[in-house]
Amino acid sequence: MKIGVCVKVAPDTDTRIKISGDGAGIEESGIKWIVSPYDSFGIEEAVQTQEAQGGEVILFSAGPKDWQTQLRAGGLAVGAERAVIVDDPALAGTDPLGIARVLAAGIASEGCELVFTGKQAIDDDNVQVPAMVAELLGWPHVSFVTDFSTDGSTFTATRNVGGGTQEVVTGSLPVVITAERGLNTPRYAKLPAIMKAKRKKVDVKSLGDLDLSADDITPAVQLTNFSLPPERPAGRKLEGDVDTMVQELVRLLREEAKVI
Amino acid sequence: MARFQGLDFYNIDDLLTEEERAIRDTVRTWVDDNVMPIIEQHARAGTFPTHLPERMGEMGFLGANLQGYGCPGLSNIAYGLICQELERGDSGIRSFASVQGSLVMYPIHAFGTEEQKERWLPALASGKAIGCFGLTEPDHGSNPSGMVTRAEDRGDHYLLNGAKMWITNGTLADVAVVWAKLDGVIRGFLVERGMEGFSAPEMHGKHSLRASVTSELVFDNVKLPKGNLLPGVKGLRGPFSCLNNARYGIAWGAMGSAMACYDAARRYAIEREQFGKPIASYQLVQNKLAWMLREITKGQLLAWRLGRMKDDGTLFHEQVSLAKMNNVDVALQIARVARDVHGANGILDEYPVMRHMANLESVYTYEGTHDIHNLILGRWITGIQAFH
Repeated sequence: MKIGVCVKVAPDTDTRIKISGDGAGIEESGIKWIVSPYDSFGIEEAVQTQEAQGGEVILFSAGPKDWQTQLRAGGLAVGAERAVIVDDPALAGTDPLGIARVLAAGIASEGCELVFTGKQAIDDDNVQVPAMVAELLGWPHVSFVTDFSTDGSTFTATRNVGGGTQEVVTGSLPVVITAERGLNTPRYAKLPAIMKAKRKKVDVKSLGDLDLSADDITPAVQLTNFSLPPERPAGRKLEGDVDTMVQELVRLLREEAKVI
Repeated sequence: MARFQGLDFYNIDDLLTEEERAIRDTVRTWVDDNVMPIIEQHARAGTFPTHLPERMGEMGFLGANLQGYGCPGLSNIAYGLICQELERGDSGIRSFASVQGSLVMYPIHAFGTEEQKERWLPALASGKAIGCFGLTEPDHGSNPSGMVTRAEDRGDHYLLNGAKMWITNGTLADVAVVWAKLDGVIRGFLVERGMEGFSAPEMHGKHSLRASVTSELVFDNVKLPKGNLLPGVKGLRGPFSCLNNARYGIAWGAMGSAMACYDAARRYAIEREQFGKPIASYQLVQNKLAWMLREITKGQLLAWRLGRMKDDGTLFHEQVSLAKMNNVDVALQIARVARDVHGANGILDEYPVMRHMANLESVYTYEGTHDIHNLILGRWITGIQAFH
C-alpha cells in the first residue's frame, strides 16, 4: 500500500514573528523552520501503518525545494521512503485551494490509497487544505483523529467532537485522515537514520509535471496585509485585605469584564 | 520556560552539514525530553539515571564515531555535537557517553580481537552493556606510567592485582578496560563483572558529577582468561589514544555546559529587577554576558576546527590538549560568573548554574588536568618535557 503524507514546513513554535517592512508578509530571516507539528503526527501514523501493513510512505509538499531539509530530518529520517516537492513560481501567491489542487495531483500521480496530514498547519491555521485534497480526489476524509487503525481495506478512526464525546468513524479506503494531538507520539530520528535519509529520494516537480498550470491555482483569496495583535495591556494588582480585594475582584469581573 | 535555543553568534551552523545540524537538533530535543526533567533530582540524590543508557544506545549516541559492529558510524563532528548537547544537560550524562564510547568501545574497536569486538561492541553500542575504563590509581593520576596494578602470565591465564580509582561507570559496568603492567609493559585487559576477586565499590561524598557513578576498582588475584588481553597495543599509547578521543568530546561538551550557563544568566538578567529595572540594564552585568558570548564563540570555533581536522585525519594530540584545556577552563569561569549573575538564587538547584559549576570542577581535572595540558603544550613549544 502506498501511503501519502501531506507536509508543510512552518516556523518553529518558539519563533517570535516579525512583520516585514511593507506589511506583505513576515520577516523570514533568522527563522528556524520545522515540519508543522500536526503533520509530524501524520508522518508517525503513516510509518506505524506501513510497519504493520507493509508498503511505502511518500511525503508530499507544495513549497520551495529547500523544504527538503526539514522533510529529510522530520520525515525521511523517521521512516518515510521518499518525498515529492512541487516547487513552482506560481505557488507563491496561491491559496489553500491552489495548494490542495497541487497535493491532490501529486497523490493521484503516485496512486496512494491512504493519506495522512496534520489537522492544520501551525503558521496560518487555515484548516482547509486536507478536506479540499479529499474532495479533489473524490475520497472521504475524517478530521481531528485521535486514534486510527486499518486492515488494509477498511479503517476505524476516532475523533473528539467536544464535551468529552468521541465519534468512531468506519469506512473503506481510500481516505484522508487529519491528525489531532494525541494520535501518537512521534518517534525521534535515530542518528544513523538521519545520515541514511541523505540518500533517500526527493523528487522536485513543477506544476507542468503534474499536468497543472498556473491558471489552475489562481487564488480565490489574496492576503493583503499582515499586522501583529495589539500588545496585551499590563495586569492590575488589587490592594488591601482579602475582603476588600475579593469585593473589588467581583465588581471588576461583573462591571468591566462582564463575565459574571 | 522557553526551550534552549543554543548560541550561534558567528553562524557556525553554516560550517555544519545539513545532517550535522539535524543530529544536533535531535540530540537537543532528546535532552530536553529525557534529561532536563530529571537531572536536578538525580544530582540531588547522587544517583545516575540508569534507564538512560539503553535510550542513548537506541538513538545512536554511544560509540557514535565508530564504524561496524552495530556502532552508529557517524562523523567526529557529529560525535562532538552529541557531547555538546548531552553536557548542556549535565556533565555526568556526557561523561557516561564519553567513557562508554571513547574509553571502552574505542580501545576494543582499535586494539581488540575479532571475538572481543563481536562480543562487546554491539552490546555496548545499544547501551545494554555498560563499560568503564581503569587507568588512574589512588597514587598515580597525572603520572599513569607509575601504575602499580600488574598482571602476571600464569600459563593458561593472567593473574591481575591492584586497584584503580575515580572510575566513571565503575559500579555499573559489565566490562572494564583495565590498564596494567605485564612484564613491566602497560597492556589493556577486559575485566568482566562477576569475576572472582574483582569488586567495584562506589565512591561517595562527591560535590561534583553527582548524577554520575564514580567507583574504585579492586583486583585481588583476578584470574583473567588469555582471551581477555587487548592484543593490539603496548605501552601508554593505548590509554592515551583513548583519552585523546574522550578529550576531543570534552572540548565540545564543555561548550554545552557553558551555553547552558550563559542561557540561564541571560534569561535571569533580563527578568530580575533591582532598583526598578532589569539587572541586564546595568553595564557590569552586560559586561559579564558579553564576555561569556566572546569566550563561547571562540570555544565553538576551536571545537569545530578540531572536529574537521579529526575527520580529515590531520589532527595531532597537542591540538586536542589546547581545546580541552581552553574550553573547560572558560566553561568553568562562565559557570562561576553565571552563578554571580544569579545572585543568591544561583546557589539553588532551581537554576542549573551551580550544578554545572560543580561538575566542571571535575571536568577541569579529569582526562588530563588543566596544568598537565599546559605542560603538554609547553613541551610542544620548547621541545623540553617539564613533567618528569
